[in-house]
Amino acid sequence: MKIVKRRYVLKFPPQSGDKPLSYVLVKEYDININILKAEVIPGKRGNLLLELIGRKSNIDKGIEYLEANNVVCSPLDKKIKFNQDKCINCGNCTAVCFAGALTMHPETWELQFNKKECIVCELCVKACPLNLFDIDFHNGN
Amino acid sequence: MPVSKTYHEINEKIQKGNAVVLTAEEVAEMAKTASPEEIVEKVDVVTTATFGAMCSSGAFINFGHSSPPIRMEKIRMNGVPAYEGLAAVDTYIGATACSSKNPQYGGAHVIEDLIAGKDIALEAWGKGTDCYPRKHIKTRVNKDTVNEMFLFNPRNAYQNYNVAVNSTQNTIFTYMGTLLPNMRNATYSTSGELSPLLNDPEFKTIGIGTRIFLGGTTGYVVWPGTQFHTTKPKDENGVPVTNGATIAVIGNMKEMNTEFIRAAYYEKYGTSLFVGIGIPIPVLNVEMARRVSINNSQIQTSVLDYGISGTPKIAQVNYAQLRSGEITVNGQKIRTAPVASLSKARLIADTLKKQIEKGEFFLQEPVQMFPTNTSLNGLKGTD
Repeated sequence: MKIVKRRYVLKFPPQSGDKPLSYVLVKEYDININILKAEVIPGKRGNLLLELIGRKSNIDKGIEYLEANNVVCSPLDKKIKFNQDKCINCGNCTAVCFAGALTMHPETWELQFNKKECIVCELCVKACPLNLFDIDFHNGN
Repeated sequence: MPVSKTYHEINEKIQKGNAVVLTAEEVAEMAKTASPEEIVEKVDVVTTATFGAMCSSGAFINFGHSSPPIRMEKIRMNGVPAYEGLAAVDTYIGATACSSKNPQYGGAHVIEDLIAGKDIALEAWGKGTDCYPRKHIKTRVNKDTVNEMFLFNPRNAYQNYNVAVNSTQNTIFTYMGTLLPNMRNATYSTSGELSPLLNDPEFKTIGIGTRIFLGGTTGYVVWPGTQFHTTKPKDENGVPVTNGATIAVIGNMKEMNTEFIRAAYYEKYGTSLFVGIGIPIPVLNVEMARRVSINNSQIQTSVLDYGISGTPKIAQVNYAQLRSGEITVNGQKIRTAPVASLSKARLIADTLKKQIEKGEFFLQEPVQMFPTNTSLNGLKGTD
């Protein structure tokens, strides 16, 4: 079976601290998890950027399990909007992207955006002089 | 006897369609195997270009007269203040002027929106005079309703520019982009071997009257740019190793294209304007052939610490190192990133090259050369 790597933004409902959800992902579904970003506001909400490594079928089941427990799971690339048509390839965003998601092509000097490497640090949002990034980690689905 | 050419001879070749035109990157590559003597024989024109944020930019606009007429003494365009001291309905809107309601929208955005053909809300006030009785007007203007709109940028196309780093513990937000703490990134802005004023560092061909590519149309160099400094430290090739000279440029905004003029907003800094400039350099003689042959490894620039007052110089690097993605400063490896668009600069150099090859763009000999031995005054506060 092929081992795959997926990144999801998880949105936890206010009362979800009572279940060891990530433990279940590891124990029951044999998923290697890596928390890349977490933001918890007690009594209100919790947001998590989670990297899951494991068999694709297990990851799918793990996500189903989370959703059954009222955790909204969105693939990371659906949470990132980038208006590429307006990009001028200035490079300002690459100066702050330590995850290596935003890089300049060494020959064409055009921006390359590998969303799979994004860790939602959101530094690019403010660094882009044309305001072309919209990263939705805190709100919505 | 070494070859030398005149502007007239080169323009005749352009007219006949047999001028040899290369971009500055192409000629730098050629120079690896060809001498300046061979290059002056083979190449007639070298196109250079830059596409970077140039804060000292702005536009003159004439709105036309209303009935009854108004002497505009306070002017807002989409909420951005425009200059009110130019007769009744002339104005100048600067790229860095900001809307008080939305500081992320500034004169640069008004300029881009005008070029894009969008409507701009114009509001103006006057005290009312015998000949201009109207005291207030609120209307909409666009590129078709205004009489003239032309870009007149007092300081563009810096000859070389510094590399910015930040040695402090805090992130700082600058016109050189977001500078991370502890020198975790370094930003640079010049297009290196493609940069116009680095290919003619002593201004032997660029002067008042030089015809250029500006924002998608034809423009002109009209004056040495403000802060025109020709006596900054230079390397062994006579090229300044920090920000040196500049040019003032002009062009018809009605003919411009937002592909080559774009508004920018820098966090905690303000607005600026990305300006696309291309300058053709005639290869008149061996000396100019040597100048345009320069490559990235031969162009040095200074690394300045923007975290410290007075931005002290802490290192010197070349553009080949900057383009490699990493420089070493005091033993520390630092990731580099551009803040000006090389891909756009290349597009401009290539566009200009094609225009010259097709006989659509001719070289203009300067009507007056720039001054030499200039330096700058500072500004002393008396408070």
